[in-house]
Amino acid sequence: MSENTGKKERFHRREVQRAMVKNARKAKIIDKIVSIFAIACVILAVIPLTSILIEVIKNGIAAFNWDFFTGRPSAIGRAGGGIGPAIQGTLIVVGLATMIGAPIGILTGIYLSEFAGNGPFPNGVRFFNEVMTGLPSVVMGIVGYILIVLTLGSFSVWAGAFSLSLIMIPIVSRVTEETIKIIPNSIREAGHALGIPKWKITLFITFKSAISGVLTGVVLSIARIAGETAPLIMTILGTSLFFTGFNSPVDALPLRIWRLSSQPYESAQTQAWGAALFLIMLVLVLSVALRLLAQRRGFAVKAEI
Amino acid sequence: MLILVAFAVGEGALPIFSHEGFQFITGTDWNAVYGRESFGALPYIIGTLLSSAIAMAIGVPISLGIAIFVTEMAPHRISTPLSFVVELLAAVPSIIYGLWALFVFRFWIRDLIERPLYEHLSWIPFFDKTPFGLDIFTAGIVLSIMIIPIISSITREILRVVPNSQREAAYSLGATRWGTLRTAVFPYAKSGILGASFLGLGRAIGETILVTMIIGNAIGPAAIPTTLFSQGQSLASLIANEFNEAASDLHLSALIGLGAILLLLSMVINIGARLMVSRMVKAVPGGRE
Repeated sequence: MSENTGKKERFHRREVQRAMVKNARKAKIIDKIVSIFAIACVILAVIPLTSILIEVIKNGIAAFNWDFFTGRPSAIGRAGGGIGPAIQGTLIVVGLATMIGAPIGILTGIYLSEFAGNGPFPNGVRFFNEVMTGLPSVVMGIVGYILIVLTLGSFSVWAGAFSLSLIMIPIVSRVTEETIKIIPNSIREAGHALGIPKWKITLFITFKSAISGVLTGVVLSIARIAGETAPLIMTILGTSLFFTGFNSPVDALPLRIWRLSSQPYESAQTQAWGAALFLIMLVLVLSVALRLLAQRRGFAVKAEI
Repeated sequence: MLILVAFAVGEGALPIFSHEGFQFITGTDWNAVYGRESFGALPYIIGTLLSSAIAMAIGVPISLGIAIFVTEMAPHRISTPLSFVVELLAAVPSIIYGLWALFVFRFWIRDLIERPLYEHLSWIPFFDKTPFGLDIFTAGIVLSIMIIPIISSITREILRVVPNSQREAAYSLGATRWGTLRTAVFPYAKSGILGASFLGLGRAIGETILVTMIIGNAIGPAAIPTTLFSQGQSLASLIANEFNEAASDLHLSALIGLGAILLLLSMVINIGARLMVSRMVKAVPGGRE
């Protein structure tokens, strides 16, 4: 009898062992599959980036010559011409947007980190800031259209810069707030101990130590708005002329790429690629330089989305 | 500022809602001819949701895979440059994705994916249309390429916040890497990953210029997609297409009304996503940074 139970027990144990081995093997196989899946995902994601870079460089280089950068776009269907007004327009609109957006964003950030504390109002501002970051840029364009274009009566540089600054402000203020928060309190306390008024401490001590981080945020947002197309359609309209005044339409690189790519002529498409190469260089140089600088200085650049 | 935005869009959209009433959301006609104006946004709402859904179906698993690879598998030597590259992908302006999709990617999709699907599986109603390359399917795929960097970089941050003790506990019980992920990491990071996906969704829904270039730009009842390979139209792309050609104030107001729907849609998504992400980050103090 006892022998029999022993046998049974041994048999049972062997079964359990076998099941465990089988389970472990199954787990290992699943583990392999997941690992392969993860690596495949990485490869899948890198393919488009390489393809985009290769195509843009390959097709864009063909368009590059002196005339291309300085000349005006030629009549539709004609070869030749350039993207001079687009480059100029992008610089003007983005510059103006930065002049409007950066100070407001930085001041909001300083207010949120130094003066506001944790009440319902500042928390509300923070929350809406975050939500604003995620709103579609085309909506900002509509706002620019309604508030500025309809009021002033024409498509204008002002409207474009206003729309772009709406995109910029939440990004800048968030980065500013986060960088200033990292500044150790002892620095502020040292200022207080010397009897310096708070606004002076904030401006000349806290903000000064945080300036490289703040600049990072500004440059990041410039890279972002330089590539925006949708809000420009309904604000600066786009023209083939050079800049004539702040109250009239101008051209911009993304807009020009869009217009060129929708023309059925090969010369126009080559120019679109050329303009794309110029734009991508502008944006990538800005963000790569920033990241390298950040790595060397040892502060973190958060992906701002 | 947000109030300003909402007020401006709301004011601009008022005429169309008073003209069409609820019909504006459920109608399918889109006619701007003077005297016969009739505007309905339904096809474009469907187009927006469908292309974003495709983008999410492709983009979320791939982003998750990348995030897993970067945080859990790759040695530091590989993961740092890799996340660098993925973030660069996020910095590329959408107009350049659009250009590339219009002149290069569209043909890959048409010849490598759509055509075989059409030839062999055309009995499935989804695939029953001669593929052309400029359709909802392509738009969805390019959108997914665009949102992958966004979702994967946030998911990466979220996975990093999961405390190492969670992982160590699972490993010490003999779990494999997948076992650890499934039992110890994912339950912890679930709401954060969901939030990241919603942020990506918000981006896909609002993306304008890219979609305008490749979705095919159908108008009216024809824009209701009957197959995956139909030409479609999204809210944002219709705005971009017609804004400068708006014939009358009512037409303009209809476009702004589309913008209002878009604003509402993306605001709901964004607020939900932010709440989820911030709950996750607050709930887990002291992760591995």
